[in-house]
Amino acid sequence: MEDQKLVLVQTLCTHYELEASFFESLEEIGLIILVRENEEVYVPEAEVTDLEKVLRLQKELDINLEGIDVIFNLLGKVESLQTELTLAKQRLDYLNRGI
Amino acid sequence: MDFIDYYKSLGLAKTASSEEIKKAYRKLARKYHPDVNPDDKESERKFKEINEANEVLSNLDHRAKYDRYGKDWKNGEEYERQQRQRRSTQGQGGRSQGSSGQGFADGNFSEYFESMFGGGGSGFRQGGRSVKYKGQDLNAELHLNLKDVYEDFPQVLDVGGNKIRVTIGAGIANEQTIKISGKGNLGANGGPNGDLYIKIQLKNDTSFHRMGNNLHKNIELDLYTAILGGDLLTDTFDSKVKLKIAPETQNDTKVKLKGKGFPIYKKKGEFGDLILTYSIKLPKNLTENEKELFKELKALR
Repeated sequence: MEDQKLVLVQTLCTHYELEASFFESLEEIGLIILVRENEEVYVPEAEVTDLEKVLRLQKELDINLEGIDVIFNLLGKVESLQTELTLAKQRLDYLNRGI
Repeated sequence: MDFIDYYKSLGLAKTASSEEIKKAYRKLARKYHPDVNPDDKESERKFKEINEANEVLSNLDHRAKYDRYGKDWKNGEEYERQQRQRRSTQGQGGRSQGSSGQGFADGNFSEYFESMFGGGGSGFRQGGRSVKYKGQDLNAELHLNLKDVYEDFPQVLDVGGNKIRVTIGAGIANEQTIKISGKGNLGANGGPNGDLYIKIQLKNDTSFHRMGNNLHKNIELDLYTAILGGDLLTDTFDSKVKLKIAPETQNDTKVKLKGKGFPIYKKKGEFGDLILTYSIKLPKNLTENEKELFKELKALR
């Protein structure tokens, strides 16, 4: 994690036309991790994908940040259920072999 | 190319008001938005469909044109020609109809739409999408045989003309997705590149069933070996093994061969187990002599 690439919050603010305070709200809700170094605030590059997802959900579907947090949690759950389902299907295929 | 019923796409009657169109679109967008339906091709298709319907029906000019000429789009071309003539006589025909410039991926609109309203560059919003900083992620599928991923499998992929070297780790699961950072589309204004996601599809044409890291196989035992015991040579995934069959082995007995299963992903040198199930095969087409002997055995019991 030490050599993770960071993007200045200021750069992102310019690009997406956002206020710096928006990033603090995201951090507070737990939608993003901010890194503070030498009085500058950064977003890890790996978080940019999620950030853009947040922006799309907010803009295109009018969902507030709390709602987006709920969606992210549910999507995580869906993903783990899908993995479980794949394993269960393999097991079923095996049990049904030759039928 | 077929006519598309945009009212039907949004579940509306032709008489729907602008407010009703907006409401219906938003409701369906919440349902089919790609960010809430990851990896779901059907939702992606529906989302494009409702976006297109919204592009047409929420724009008064487009809606009027569609209502008038939609069913017979060839007349739409006629209409377009008239419009062009009118524009040029009024000296304002300079609007570009080129297909570039909006920055959205090809194929966002149907052929039908393009023929009625032209391609990109004609001033449509991109569904309100924000300008991207990070490059777009790319998704690809890689079809391999189960045998391929018994060991690390180096592969050169051609993604949009770029050759990308990847090594698929031994023991990868079917439908597992691997992420290759920075190999998606280029970022904008110095933003990071998108990532490349490769979904692995494994085809199993071996006699082994894979369940997680374990392999399962059925072994047919003849009646006599099952009753009297003996030796049996059988295949493991990559070699052979000699099994000792205990006397009076019952049907459906399971034997676990530790460490003879599939390699465990990202754990070099570690393997799952091989689980063998014995199926006892009863003799068929008995001779008179054999029948007599079985009768004798029966009498002894």
